[in-house]
Formats: sequence, structure tokens, C-alpha cells
Amino acid sequence: MSVLTFSGWIESAPAWIIKLPEGLQTFIFQLYQTFVYANRWTFFAEGLKITFIVTICALAIGIIIGVIIAMVRTLYESYTVNKPPVILRAFNKIAELYLTIIRGTPMMVQLLIMGFVVMQPKTETGSIICGVITLGINSGAYVAEIVRSGLMSIPKGQTEAGRSLGFNYIQTMWYIVIPQAIKNILPALGNEMITLLKDTSLVSVIALRDVTKQAQNIVSKTYSAMVPYISLALIYLVIVIVITKLLDRLEKRLRKSEH
Amino acid sequence: MNTEKTAVIKVENLEKAFGKKEVLKGINAEIDKGEVIVIIGASGSGKSTFLRCLNCLEDPTGGNIFFDGVDIADPSVDINIHRQKMGMVFQQFNLFPHKTVLENMTLAPIKLKGMKKEDADALAMKLLERVGLADRADSYPSQLSGGQQQRVAIVRALAMEPDVMLFDEPTSALDPEMVGEVLDVMKSLADEGMTMVVVTHEMGFAREVGDRVLFMDGGVIGEEGTPEEVFGNPKSERLQSFLAKVL
Repeated sequence: MSVLTFSGWIESAPAWIIKLPEGLQTFIFQLYQTFVYANRWTFFAEGLKITFIVTICALAIGIIIGVIIAMVRTLYESYTVNKPPVILRAFNKIAELYLTIIRGTPMMVQLLIMGFVVMQPKTETGSIICGVITLGINSGAYVAEIVRSGLMSIPKGQTEAGRSLGFNYIQTMWYIVIPQAIKNILPALGNEMITLLKDTSLVSVIALRDVTKQAQNIVSKTYSAMVPYISLALIYLVIVIVITKLLDRLEKRLRKSEH
Repeated sequence: MNTEKTAVIKVENLEKAFGKKEVLKGINAEIDKGEVIVIIGASGSGKSTFLRCLNCLEDPTGGNIFFDGVDIADPSVDINIHRQKMGMVFQQFNLFPHKTVLENMTLAPIKLKGMKKEDADALAMKLLERVGLADRADSYPSQLSGGQQQRVAIVRALAMEPDVMLFDEPTSALDPEMVGEVLDVMKSLADEGMTMVVVTHEMGFAREVGDRVLFMDGGVIGEEGTPEEVFGNPKSERLQSFLAKVL
């Protein structure tokens, strides 16, 4: 496709645009070449799809890892006087190591290592999986500490009541402790979700075409950065605002069920 | 003495240490079917720890606890199955705040015994009627008074149809005017023949309802006997001075 120039565009532009001041004309031209020309809005749409897939899948992995790690750590810490069993001590060491490494290195570096050393994906799907796993593992470390603080906020008597009825540790957690803890940690978990969404903008380093990468692609075609990047920021902003509103609503509904 | 067959719980040389601190130093006791055992003693004497060892909420560090003929102090035994047959009532009630009264009571029967929801609901309602709280079935625990919460906690344990009920100072966290309603429920439970082990400071209850009183002192059973023997004719000096303080 030939390169679109301003002079070429203005010649064929409708009459009402030609009447506008020059600054406005330029702005409309930039909007046009960012979104309309050669169906470039589909770049954003495609990128958003990747961004959403990576965010949602990574969040799911992060929550699963986070809950498991938090339960291991909480169970380990529940042995205040007696020594915990060997297996638990081993798991707890692994959990601590995981938390230290993940929280001690930048996400970008983790992506580079997973993308170019560990997994080296060759296909687009491979890259998506690599991105999801890396972000999921990263998020899990933060979710683990959030969940742990939530589990610790529930009085010990709740666990004892559950255990005395005959529930095992996992069942007690699942039916009794976690439902109460979720209410306490929802704000922090929402924060983590928003952070994760924004962190997906880093996956471009492993050649994933998320919405940030696509905005860069458009800039490389139009040689004009303002409209694509401001639009990109607005896209993230709108998504975050929507998520925040949804979480607010969920939190209110959960609070209502308890008195 | 009773044989092992009639004893619901038989405790042999039970020991419990928290780190280096020995709390229980070899306890032997038998609890027969339908018997109400009341455990009294000064704070720190190990009475709550003893009770909490009976369903292994505290893991014993020595000795045996035979329940239904199985040594549940053995770590390789699946304690969860046996706990279903041992109801427990706590000082702080420990109702589940995110569930209604009815849900508190039906959670374990449905999830652990595979009871149908309708059956569990019906059983729970019957129990609630018994303690005069049927109209509070859909309330949340925080909407109930302390006495009501403790009555719910009792019927929650009963909903599992246990063989033994363990009470850990069930009235200690209650306002004085609510103690009576909880003791009444426990009394009626005893009258129906429930096997009960009760740690309490309510000497009136111990005297009236208890079949046998255990006086714990320094991690061992200092003295035991019928309420008449223990309260009327205390032999040891420790028991005498304890009773002088609480009566």
C-alpha cells in the first residue's frame, strides 16, 4: 500500500474539512491515518484481544499459584510450637524461594529469560503461552502475599470450628476461611489485576503483538506518535476505569451478604 | 471399673507439651456412654488442653486416646472421620459469619455426610426448634445475642449427630444473663443421654448435671469422683483451696 501523505489526503478530503483551520486539519488527518486508513483500527482490536487473553489467563494462573503458596505458608506458620512435618517444611522453602526470586527481579527480565532462554517460542500461540505463563508466575507471587494477609485476617477459631466438624484443612479453607478472606482482600486483589493488565504492555519484548506493540506498529507506519500513543493510554485508562467500577460493585454486593 | 467396650473415650497416659513446656503430664480417664464429665480446675491447669486433645485440635505428644476402639492419637489415623462423631462447642462460639444460622448448621452434614439439602434443612430446623431459635434460621450470626449464638453453635455440632459433645468453657464469654439459656440447653442434652465432656467454671452446673467431676491440677487429674464427693468431701488440699476460691 502506498504511503499516505497529508497533501494527498487533503486533495480528496470532503469540503467541510478544507474549510477548517489548518491545525485541526492536521489533527483529523492524524486520526484518519491512525484508525481509518488501511483499516488500522483492526491493529488496536487485534492487540486488545492479545492483551485481554494474556491478562485473564495470567490472572487465573496467578490466583491458583497465589492461593496454593499462601495456603502452604499459612499452614507452615500455624505450627507455632511443634515442628512442621518435613514435606511441609520443604514446600515452604520452595515457596519462599519462589517469592524471593520473582519479587526480586524485574518483570521485563523475567519475560526476556522465559522468552529467549527457557521457552523460546517459535509461533504466535507459543508466544502467547510463554507470556501467559511468565505473567502468571509473576502475578502469583504478589497474589500469594495478598491471599496470605487475607487468610491471616480470619480468626483461628474459624479454622478450629471447621476442623472440629470434620472438615480437612483444604475443605476448611475452601468453605470457611477463603470466602471470608476474599472480602478482605478484594481491594488489594483488584489492584493486582490492574497492575497485571498494565504489565501486559511488556510482552512485546517476546514478540507478542499486544495493544501496545500494535500502537508502536502504527507509529512506525505513520511516523507520527501523538495520536496512536495518546489513544493507547486512553484505551488502558478506560479498561481500568471499567474494572474498578465492576470491582466496586462486587465489593458492595459481598459486603451486603454479611452483617 | 468399666471395660473398654462401654467406654466411648478411653485416655491412656495422655501427654501434651508445647515445645519444652509440659501441659499434660500423663492423664488417664474413661468416658462412658451417656456420661456427663465435668472438668474443673484453675486456669493453666491444662483442662482446656485436655479437652482439645480429645479431638486432636491439639496433637497429643504422648499416650493414647481410644475413640470407638481406634487410637486417634496415632498420627496415621484419619482424624477427620472421627471428628465428625465428636461435636465441639467453643468459648467464642466460632459461628461462620458469612453464613446464615441454617447454613452454619447444614454445611457439614451436606458436604461431609452427603446429606440432601432438604434433609439437612429439616434436621437443622428440628434442632433449632428444640433450642427455641427456629425463627432465626435465616439470620446471620452477628444479628444474634451471645446466648443465641452459643445455642446455635451447640445445635450446629448436634447436626452432625455426634456420639460425644465436647464443651470448652461454653459460657465464659457470655453476659451473665445469658448463661442460663445455654446451660439449660446443655442440661436437656444431658437428660437425653448425650455423652458430654464439659470444661466449665459453672460449679452449679457441675454439681447438678455432672455424673463425674475431674479436678485438673498441674497437668494431671488431681482428684475425681461424683459431684457429691468432689464438692462435698474434697480430699486434697489443692482442691479444697480451689473450691474455697470459686464457690
